[in-house]
Amino acid sequence: MLQEESDLSLIIAQIVQKLKGSNLYAQLERQAWASLQRPEIKLESLKEDIKEFFKVSGWEKKLQNAVYSELNVYPLPSHPAAPPEHLKEPLVYMRKAQGSWEKRILKSLNSMCTELSIPLARKRPVGEQKELLNKWNEMGTDEPDLSLFRPVYAPKDFLEVLINLRNPNYENGDSLSFRTHLGLIQVPLKVKDIPELKECFAELGLNTGQLGIDDSTQVPPELFENEHVRIGQKVLAEQDSAAAQQYIRQGSPTALRAELWALILNISSQPEDILYYEQLKMNVIQHDLLVDSLIYKDVKLTASNDDYYFVFEDYLYQVLLCFSRDTSVLGHFAYNSASPPKSYIRGKLGLEEYAVFYPPNGVIPFHGFSMYVAPLCFLYHEPYKLYQIFREMYVRFFFRLHSISSHPSGIVSLCLLFETLLQTYLPQLFYHLREIGAQPLRISFKWMVRAFSGYLATDQLLLLWDRILGYNSLEILAVLAAAVFAFRAVNLMEVTSLAAAEAVLADLSTLKVMPLLQIFLFATVT
Amino acid sequence: MSRVPVPCHVKGTVTLQVGDVRTSQGRPGVLVIDVTFPSVSPFELQEITFKNYYTAFLSIRVRQHASTHSPAKWVTCLRDYCLMPDPHSEEGAQEYVSLFKHQMLCDMTRVLELRLILRQPSPLWLSFTVEELQIYQQGPKSPSMTFPKWLSHPVPCEQPIPLLEGLPDPSRVSSEVQQMWALTEMIRASNTSTRIGRFDVDGCYDLNLLSYT
Repeated sequence: MLQEESDLSLIIAQIVQKLKGSNLYAQLERQAWASLQRPEIKLESLKEDIKEFFKVSGWEKKLQNAVYSELNVYPLPSHPAAPPEHLKEPLVYMRKAQGSWEKRILKSLNSMCTELSIPLARKRPVGEQKELLNKWNEMGTDEPDLSLFRPVYAPKDFLEVLINLRNPNYENGDSLSFRTHLGLIQVPLKVKDIPELKECFAELGLNTGQLGIDDSTQVPPELFENEHVRIGQKVLAEQDSAAAQQYIRQGSPTALRAELWALILNISSQPEDILYYEQLKMNVIQHDLLVDSLIYKDVKLTASNDDYYFVFEDYLYQVLLCFSRDTSVLGHFAYNSASPPKSYIRGKLGLEEYAVFYPPNGVIPFHGFSMYVAPLCFLYHEPYKLYQIFREMYVRFFFRLHSISSHPSGIVSLCLLFETLLQTYLPQLFYHLREIGAQPLRISFKWMVRAFSGYLATDQLLLLWDRILGYNSLEILAVLAAAVFAFRAVNLMEVTSLAAAEAVLADLSTLKVMPLLQIFLFATVT
Repeated sequence: MSRVPVPCHVKGTVTLQVGDVRTSQGRPGVLVIDVTFPSVSPFELQEITFKNYYTAFLSIRVRQHASTHSPAKWVTCLRDYCLMPDPHSEEGAQEYVSLFKHQMLCDMTRVLELRLILRQPSPLWLSFTVEELQIYQQGPKSPSMTFPKWLSHPVPCEQPIPLLEGLPDPSRVSSEVQQMWALTEMIRASNTSTRIGRFDVDGCYDLNLLSYT
């Protein structure tokens, strides 16, 4: 009991420390001072009266939402003896693997820099700055020569690194035994099995209404849809993050989705946020980064070629270029196993006062990175709002999809979860695919790394991302990947090569996500 | 709760195995670590901290200094404490752990020697142990200060001056003003952990290549 109490005090102290630097704190302070004018605030019961005022005016709810947001995002305070690296990633060999992977990326970026003789960063001359400012809303019309640039890495390079991940203390015998994993991932992380997933994703069960299933044209809306929309409007009126997160597990009505996601992610667009975005825009205008060209190339190669997302090309530049300049993203490296790349001002190598992070947000984009932003363009139309939502989604979820860690929502765990589910519940299919040299993870990896963006139809993708927000976990991506294989099992059993298997699973745009998930979790006879 | 580390001598691990260590196929699943305190008299144990390395279950036996006539006996103070919920997977495998006095089965006064019994039933791991073992005893209580006489024995207050009509009670007002002052002091004293937001150094962001360290 004693231990729990001291743990709780530690968590409270940590959250208070975090919130003290936020806008909300300043606003609460201002409100408290202003409230002293009110007649119901009496001097003798100052503390209680102000608390009551906060409750009535809705400020307590805002504080509750902020605390809930902190609890969702930040890991619990660790043991006092644990160094900060332990909070990023507790397993030493994974930290080492992430370190070597990062070194490879840096080498690749450095060699691109020297080969093309382009500086990592340069200040734009005034003329160029003016030109960019004029063209800000139509950067897509620009056609710079990007033929010499190549993406720093693609998901399949990252997959090779994960395949070679080994725990030095684990029995990795050459001969096949009960210890060998039959899939590609060879590290023994704890993953959930279907009974545990059923418990975890209870709201996706057969007896609970879902958007994506129970709102189809054959089902009369009085059965579920109307009531669900009504509850959604009530949740929005109450402005309660925790209630919204619970509500969205059954899916979000299209009309309410933008506001619900903003509520769950605790994003409210204050004037300070708009100013912050404008400041980032100024940073983009003033400095030109090598990373910008990588972003351009990525957008041109992926989102611009996609039937659903090419219209949003300009928005993508506006968000991603500003994202690279945003130093507040550096905060998430406290709980991310990755570390931001470092560099020094020219001529001051080794001097700590001249050490900077490159890019300023510490995130080097890879091939397909812009697909994390593209689906959000359907929901948000003001660039600053779109930016805030994307940034919060990145530091909560997307960063886990391209860094090596043992977290249950990290990509390594997702891959292992996918392979384990397939092996346990579709053993014949798994064995067949393995025999023909088509390890299932080689096909599904790219889906999971992009959180299915660009592979599913957008309405289905948004229903999937509703559940990611609702359950605050990415495990649903692995479950969906296994469900897709289960759905196409009959065709897959007949293929005889990796290429043919890829062809069977090439087009996911006709799939309906929620029925697949429900059948796989709750209706498959094992 | 203040604590003071106790210098200890951690003996090498001894594996317990049935049969000959060299010829048998399997790996030992039980290790014993003895911890002695050569330079310290019997003390009261407050806390044990260590970093786990793939140990699944931990038992601790303690030998306490008994009265002068009876010899010191070994007593189990912690039985099969679970460090890894699933011994076959990585959960909890490299975590930092603290064990406190109140979690022990017996009282931890007059500790002479400790014996940690580590168990790892899974054959998947090549080795297991605990690292960075630290034993703590109760720190000294906060030093008692001698207060000046007038603080500890306040003068009885005089009869208050009769209140003027309509004015609030002065002692109440002063206590509330004190509260407000304390609140403002707290706010001023707090420091935040926010970043400033600038990524360049004095307006310059002209960089060398990325560094690898």
